[in-house]
Amino acid sequence: MAGTDTGTDAEYAVELAGITKRFPGVVANSDIHLRVRRGEVHALCGENGAGKSTLMKILYGMQHPDEGTITVGGREVRFRSPSDAIKAGIGMVHQHFMLADNLTVLENVVLGAEALHGIGAKARKRVAELSRTVGLDVGHDVLVERLGVADRQRVEILKVLYRGARTVILDEPTAVLVPQEVEELFETVRSMRAEGFTFLFISHKLDEVRAIADSITVIRRGTSVGTADPHTVTTRQLAEMMVGSELPTPQTGDSTVTDREVLVVSGLELPGEAGGRPLLAGVDLVVRAGEVLGIAGVEGNGQTELVETIMGMRRASAGTISLAGRDISRASTLERREAGIGYIPEDRTRHGLLATQPLWANRMLGHQSRPPVSRGGPLGLLDPAAARRDTERIVREFDVRTPGVDVPAAALSGGNQQKLVVGRELSGDPVLLIASHPTRGVDVGAQAGIWAELRRARAAGLAVLLISADLDELIGLSDTIRVMLRGRLVADADPATVTPEELGSAMTGATEHPGAAPGPPPDPEPDPEPDDDAGGGRHRAADGGNGTSAPTGGSTP
Amino acid sequence: MTRVRTVLLPPALAIVFAALLCAVALLISGDSPLTALRVMITQVGEGTTAIDILNSGAIYYIAGLAVAIGFQMKLFNIGIEGQYRLAACVAAIVGGALVLPPVLHTIVILLVAMVVGAAWAGIAALLKAFRGVSEVISTIMLNFLATGLIAFLIRPDSFGLLRGNNISTDPIEPSGQFPGVSFGSSGTLFGMVALAALLGLGYAFLLNRTRFGFELRASGESETAATAGGVNARRMTIIALLMSGAVAGLVGLPELLGRDFAYTLTSPQGYGFTGIAVALLGRNHPFGIALGALLWAFLDKSALALDNVGVPREIVLIMQGSVVLSVVIAYEIVRRYELAAEQRRVAAQLRAASATPAEEVRA
Repeated sequence: MAGTDTGTDAEYAVELAGITKRFPGVVANSDIHLRVRRGEVHALCGENGAGKSTLMKILYGMQHPDEGTITVGGREVRFRSPSDAIKAGIGMVHQHFMLADNLTVLENVVLGAEALHGIGAKARKRVAELSRTVGLDVGHDVLVERLGVADRQRVEILKVLYRGARTVILDEPTAVLVPQEVEELFETVRSMRAEGFTFLFISHKLDEVRAIADSITVIRRGTSVGTADPHTVTTRQLAEMMVGSELPTPQTGDSTVTDREVLVVSGLELPGEAGGRPLLAGVDLVVRAGEVLGIAGVEGNGQTELVETIMGMRRASAGTISLAGRDISRASTLERREAGIGYIPEDRTRHGLLATQPLWANRMLGHQSRPPVSRGGPLGLLDPAAARRDTERIVREFDVRTPGVDVPAAALSGGNQQKLVVGRELSGDPVLLIASHPTRGVDVGAQAGIWAELRRARAAGLAVLLISADLDELIGLSDTIRVMLRGRLVADADPATVTPEELGSAMTGATEHPGAAPGPPPDPEPDPEPDDDAGGGRHRAADGGNGTSAPTGGSTP
Repeated sequence: MTRVRTVLLPPALAIVFAALLCAVALLISGDSPLTALRVMITQVGEGTTAIDILNSGAIYYIAGLAVAIGFQMKLFNIGIEGQYRLAACVAAIVGGALVLPPVLHTIVILLVAMVVGAAWAGIAALLKAFRGVSEVISTIMLNFLATGLIAFLIRPDSFGLLRGNNISTDPIEPSGQFPGVSFGSSGTLFGMVALAALLGLGYAFLLNRTRFGFELRASGESETAATAGGVNARRMTIIALLMSGAVAGLVGLPELLGRDFAYTLTSPQGYGFTGIAVALLGRNHPFGIALGALLWAFLDKSALALDNVGVPREIVLIMQGSVVLSVVIAYEIVRRYELAAEQRRVAAQLRAASATPAEEVRA
């Protein structure tokens, strides 16, 4: 290990100076400065699309800067590929894991690095040593597919350590973890820091950043806007550095819930593939007009399947779905849409948009049988002029930043694509809106806009089924929260009283009734919350950012 | 303007590139490219070549449309070949057996051809939709089956007649024929050239103005997004292949109803594969396919003159092959370039529009 640790006397493990990278269509890096001290956890903050990932790709040798210098351990370097970066002792743990499910832990770690310690006993010994460092206590011959998310992440860290990394880049490491797992990860990071490892922690979850980091660099719109000391800075100050202005909050205001049931799902069953655990088991839920029903759950517990079954994209094996009193269990997806369901899919590029088609053609998707897009008639004549006009309306009302409605959807940024999708799905007077992760991967500005639209839709009497991994969003917007675990709705929570911590416990099955039986009082500091956005600290911000706020949620005025 | 560049630039580049390649090939074999080009162009004015080009172009066009309907949905119907030959054969048998008033007789023959073409493609459609069998494999297989079936159908024991040393079906009476336009010694233009043009218009209308066309394009662009948008992917697969087959059924008819009046052992083959090349050339655009078809027909027909000046006419095959390859590559390059340029343009306009970060947040 020591061999790769060049220039041990240098104060900074990594120094980036004046990094500039120009790209078509995305925020480039311009004149970014970043200095990471040896043996510290340095957080890199910025909203989605601010240029964090580009910068890290540059540091990891996946991109080449147009200008600027990279200095590792006091020596200026020029990385042509990630293997150069690895040789210099820099390793990266990607947000999306790059593991082979059908190989064991050992095989995954050694794969591609056979030259270091071979594939036999020596490799096994080395992996065993490093396992202790990263806190991985599963057997090395277990298949990775049997590991949970947190353990997979540890395998990823193990992989980069095995390759000799002393500086580890963690790209949004907590995005996939529930609060308890986040805390465990932080314990590992702290103990590794004590052993002399350096971390670059990329996140836009400010509470986590304040909890773990020794120093913080904030970047906004592709350039570094400053550094902050996590011990003195408040979450709100940090967030404002990131955004450059005041912060939005997801709050619903007064209850608009009526007693008119819009969506009634009862006894919904969806069998698993090849006789596995059922994807949905006995799901019952009711969404009333003017109500936002939030579904909480760790991803992969049936939320996607639930939504797709309600949309008619999957066929339930039992149970009924009725919309405004009409049984739609057997209806096609189009019939369900015509009956008044708007659907914001969780993955807009896969399920929401036709990337190379112009915006106005995207306006037609899902509406191809209804005015104003369709003129009707036996041929199903379309009215492109009307579709165009209505797209212009959406662009105006939903603040889609685009030069016109003729550009292909792929040319827009994620936030603007999502605003277009939201605008489309709220067109045609829906009675129910299904919103799956409506603000995932969009910037703070677009997020605030989308929240405003959801609130407006709720106030207008729409029933909203909200699925989100952002617990703040869920608590802030929902009137009722149901927790989903292994295909079942296992618990209810009152967003007025529940904390993200309690919700996190319920999501992992630790407690049954997070709202009714509060768990242990939250650890004052650090207090990692699974926020998924730049304004992560907004609730806390109200009381000075001391991290001991009362339960948050819709009750906060 | 960008649109025009995206649409026209790639084929122009590709044709120039293919021509250069042919020129090099000619130079290597010791012939003059310029002579070859001059001979090919002057040939258009000779004899019946001009009309032949239009007639062949119409056939290629119909075949190209049939392929393009599938391409819109990313379905690769290689079976146009089998579909059109079987359709022409059955249509010739039915047309020869029926006695009907003019016009009606022709319409019945056209309908029979379309139904047979659709039915033959329908086998692949059902296999694809319900059993997940790749349409590429099944339509290739069906091409061979069609060859065997045709051989069976036109046996003298079945529906065929032995005429000299050729076997053919019963000739179709004049009432069933599709009248052409005679240009005297310059040849006769098939009446079905007009029908091909109408088909093109219908294709353009269907694609751009109807729900079906939108759903077809949406399914081709992204099956998942189309499904979420309420498009039934399985139904679209079946309909698209059936329509492709129905249009394919018409490919053999210009010659059947305008020149041969009977299906014979020596009836022409290979139009289905030409259709694939033509659809690729035209990028599934109704006008593009027409240009591609005419180019192809020009190369085919003027090549005949090359023998007269001692240039091997196989040079045309090189031209045809390289033009298809380079068109596909050129389109992909231009498409990527345009998308990147578009993103840059959008980003630049937005930067100019929202100069202050405060504006960015106020949503």
